[in-house]
Amino acid sequence: MANPLKSLTPLGHDKPITEIIGAVTIIENVGTALASLASRRGREAEVAGAAQTAGIPLPGPGRSQAAATYSAIWLGPEQWMIEAPFATHEDISAILKPIFGEAASITEQTDAWVRFDLTAADLPALFERLCNYDLGRAGVGAATRTVIDHLGCYVVRRSDVEVSIIGPRSSAHSLHHALTTAAKSAF
Amino acid sequence: MSRISGGQIDRSKTLRFSFDGVSYNGHPGDTLASALLANNVRLMGRSFKYHRPRGVISAGSEEPNAIVELRTGARQEPNTRATVIELFDGLSAQSQNRWPSLKFDAMAINDRLSPFFAAGFYYKTFMWPAAFWEKIYEPIIRRAAGLGSLSKQDDPDDYDKGFLHCDLLIIGAGPAGLSAALTAGRAGARVILADEDFCMGGRLNAETLEIGGVAGADWAAKTVLELAALPNVRLMTRTTVIGAFDHGIYGAVERVSDHLAQPLPGKPRQILWRIYTARAILAAGATERPIAFENNDRPGIMLAGALRAYANRWGVAVGEKVAVFTNNDDGLRTVSDLKAKGLDVTLIDARKGDEVIDSAGRLGLKSITVRRGNGQTETLQVSALGVSGGWNPNLNIASNHRGRPIWDDSIAAFLPAPESIAGLSCVGAAAGAMSTHAALTTGAEQAVAILADLGIKASADVPKAEDAPLNLSPAWYVHSGKGRAWVDQQNDVTVKDVKLAKQEGFVSVEHLKRYTTLGMATDQGKTGNVLGLAVMAELTGKTIPQTGTTIYRPPYTPVAMGALGGRARGHDFKPTRHAPSHKWATEQGAIFVEVGYWLRAQWLPRPGETTWRQSVDREVLQTRKSAGICDVTTLGKIDIQGTDAGLFLDRVYANTFGSLAVGKVRYGLMLREDGMVMDDGTTARMGQNEYVMTTTTANAVPVFRHLEYCRQVLWPDLDVQLISTTEAWAQYSVAGPNARKLLEKLVDQDISDAAFPYMACGNITVQGTRARLFRISFSGERAYEIAVPTRYGDAMIRALVEAGREFDAVVYGTEALGVMRVEKGHVAGNELNGQSSALNMGLGKMVSRKKDSIGMVLSQREGMTAPNGYRLVGVKPVNPSDALTAGAHFLAKGAEAVAANDGGWLTSVVYSPHLGHSIGLGYLKSGDNRKGERMRSVNLLAKTDVEVEIISPHFFDPEGERLRG
Repeated sequence: MANPLKSLTPLGHDKPITEIIGAVTIIENVGTALASLASRRGREAEVAGAAQTAGIPLPGPGRSQAAATYSAIWLGPEQWMIEAPFATHEDISAILKPIFGEAASITEQTDAWVRFDLTAADLPALFERLCNYDLGRAGVGAATRTVIDHLGCYVVRRSDVEVSIIGPRSSAHSLHHALTTAAKSAF
Repeated sequence: MSRISGGQIDRSKTLRFSFDGVSYNGHPGDTLASALLANNVRLMGRSFKYHRPRGVISAGSEEPNAIVELRTGARQEPNTRATVIELFDGLSAQSQNRWPSLKFDAMAINDRLSPFFAAGFYYKTFMWPAAFWEKIYEPIIRRAAGLGSLSKQDDPDDYDKGFLHCDLLIIGAGPAGLSAALTAGRAGARVILADEDFCMGGRLNAETLEIGGVAGADWAAKTVLELAALPNVRLMTRTTVIGAFDHGIYGAVERVSDHLAQPLPGKPRQILWRIYTARAILAAGATERPIAFENNDRPGIMLAGALRAYANRWGVAVGEKVAVFTNNDDGLRTVSDLKAKGLDVTLIDARKGDEVIDSAGRLGLKSITVRRGNGQTETLQVSALGVSGGWNPNLNIASNHRGRPIWDDSIAAFLPAPESIAGLSCVGAAAGAMSTHAALTTGAEQAVAILADLGIKASADVPKAEDAPLNLSPAWYVHSGKGRAWVDQQNDVTVKDVKLAKQEGFVSVEHLKRYTTLGMATDQGKTGNVLGLAVMAELTGKTIPQTGTTIYRPPYTPVAMGALGGRARGHDFKPTRHAPSHKWATEQGAIFVEVGYWLRAQWLPRPGETTWRQSVDREVLQTRKSAGICDVTTLGKIDIQGTDAGLFLDRVYANTFGSLAVGKVRYGLMLREDGMVMDDGTTARMGQNEYVMTTTTANAVPVFRHLEYCRQVLWPDLDVQLISTTEAWAQYSVAGPNARKLLEKLVDQDISDAAFPYMACGNITVQGTRARLFRISFSGERAYEIAVPTRYGDAMIRALVEAGREFDAVVYGTEALGVMRVEKGHVAGNELNGQSSALNMGLGKMVSRKKDSIGMVLSQREGMTAPNGYRLVGVKPVNPSDALTAGAHFLAKGAEAVAANDGGWLTSVVYSPHLGHSIGLGYLKSGDNRKGERMRSVNLLAKTDVEVEIISPHFFDPEGERLRG
């Protein structure tokens, strides 16, 4: 059946926003589906094997890793956030569950979060106004959970010039305000 | 007095500024103090207590006297030190603490009355009547002793907070700091060099000394250029490191825009930085201290090093005829430098027995009286006097963790104790290394040692510089005359006051400080503390270290409240959370209430409704009559999976969950370890090893944290995985007799009572969209909670409202929710107050004894199970027109309203539109046996005393027939 319910972006618009503030570009990314993956007790090896077969990277602490379809962020011991293109993986947990069977617990997380992709030549100068994460030392692939303006967020360094901030969806507007304010202030 | 040659000011540009309404000119590179001195203005303020005329005594942040109100209007800032205000075009400053004018201050009468105003005067005088202190005495005294005034307008500027990380933080960019930075920077370490001045170089900018064959200031400039080119070095001027905190974290305030008339658009005025360091070096230099003598506070009398700084750095001669009173060789530098500038300088060397014993000049120094070593006195006509009693290392930050400074006789000053702060090393004058050579060497060598510790190889390359000794012979105050000799100029503390403190038994330094106010206020005794100690030591016949030491708390210099608040103020004080229906509810004109960070619709007024009660009554009545919709997304939702998930729930909930069938929901009660109720909610079993727990909105985070603690710490052997899904699903309650019919229009599956009975749950679709349905009720009506992925939350509320149109369904807010739950006798936040047990709530039977669970054992404690304990009751007024008040206490009829007669209290009160009167829930002693009893509910604050009847807490549909339909 055609989907009659119309979706809104976390910022409450029909289409995601793109903003250029001086040297910083902020994109509200709604193109990624998310699910948490946690190994069940004693079945860690099975999870690792199944992930490898399916092309799902499982990075270590403080890291994120991208592969062809999937990418992943380490959340905690034997726990990851799996990312996949929303267009093909809207029902991401239904896709992941057969891969891991009863060896892992999988929970859909797509709509729990807002993701902002920030692009700037000098990202550390921006992030020193946002959070206590030493982006100057965090190379490509680094990922962490931190606090930005009281909001618990994941920060993922996608490249030298691009960082994703994944924050609580219900506070998307507050997080967006923090990001635009810092972008205006820092450069 | 005028400009003389030289200095680091840009004479090609002129800056206009005003002081007390009079316009003056200055140059880039000037401070307000240097520019005023260059314009022959020596009088810059009035003293705190006696309103004595005062001018600058220093050239830095230690300044006690030249305190002004800077800027006008909303940007007016009191208590700023003229010595560190960087001059900008259009600057406007006003003197403080004088009326009607600086030159004629009526309050100077205090100076004439000074015998009455000695230390302790206020404590002794304004003793009675005690009631007068707060309302009458204190305001008068405060006004008289004002330290500037507030604009009382909102600060129009923004302040940022930020985080920096480095291998090595160097505090102070004088010769020692620059030498350390160069060593570490060249070695590739990640270095932050911070200095409170707008120009790096520290004392080198104020001296004529050479380093490596070039002028010290030029060497500093060249070094700064080299450092600026290193990508691993961050240079931070106008940045004061305000304190050392735990684990190598330092606080710093960067004044980004204070040197501008106003910040550039979007830019902050200041930034409060948290600097995370592997190591730090304190190279904060030293502060000169005066020698006290009678009338040593006149404008024109200043520290000898400051007099020299004004001449060398700012090209200002404070007077053409000048004297220097010193007890050390550094004072001689002032003599030679000023002579080189062509000034007429007289030396008064305390080491030869020469002393200044008095001064004259009402609004500024005109002459000094000198007693030579041979006993002869003479009067010198001078307009400036430089005084040097030695230098105190700036060890403030090194004592932030209570490290006690150590006395060093060779320079007669306190040094920072080694290892006083883990990871912090002190170099240069801050460590008592008083020559330029020693500063450069200690800076470089400490940097090499620290870097070796961090695994970075570095080498020291120290240029040649002077290495002259200080040759100091201690001299603290001149024993002469009966007049007042100032120790702490900011607080008007004199040698006599210290003597009085001693005489009255306030000998300990802590008592001395509090009795005399020595070392208080904006300068925190930077120039006066050691002098005060020395006077007390002499009076008591002890050494200075025996007398005591003073240590310092952060901040090093005053910090604006705005910088501490950062962006978190007004609307941006904290983030907010929007529920999925927020956009729609805003369109409807909903009234929102903050619940944690959430904004929840409290009620949704319709045209014609003028009071909130009208809206809430309508929402309640229409929900019970037909259907009502409510956004319940804010309730916490926790996904619990794993083969031991059922066992885990059995342990965290007081009631049984292991037996819950797939596709069913159960109400659960969670206790704390101490047996009190922590939270309640429902948990649905969505699959064999998959549950969704619902928490109250307020406890979503605490419960999640508690579950993680249980999982990770208490029972790591269980196979359980947790993750919050509160935000992932937009969840709406649809309640009322027509709830099912309404939902049937949207849901693709059969939700008849047979297919979807009370307490069923399952995955469904809403016109093709994945959704979840739970048949649970908080209102006592046939009710469902339907959840869709949050991105469809806005569409879902609109679809529900549209589908409900034929039933005249309403959307209700938290007020109507509250009315319906009280009507049903359900407990909520007011009853879940952290001090109540399941038994108190009438839910004692839910605590299963057949299994172990958190809080089960302690909930059975003697005191917790006492039969005369509090029990949840329903309450109604005997006279239906009487209104109940939440918080009112239960009293027996005729009992006096005292604590001994207290029977309990009303926890929740609402107006029930069905019953047509107030109803309430409350905790009443032995309440379960007192139904039908009449009592009083008394609220002494609201002055209400209402006769009430104790009844069952189930006011509406007690059999629950409406729930099951």
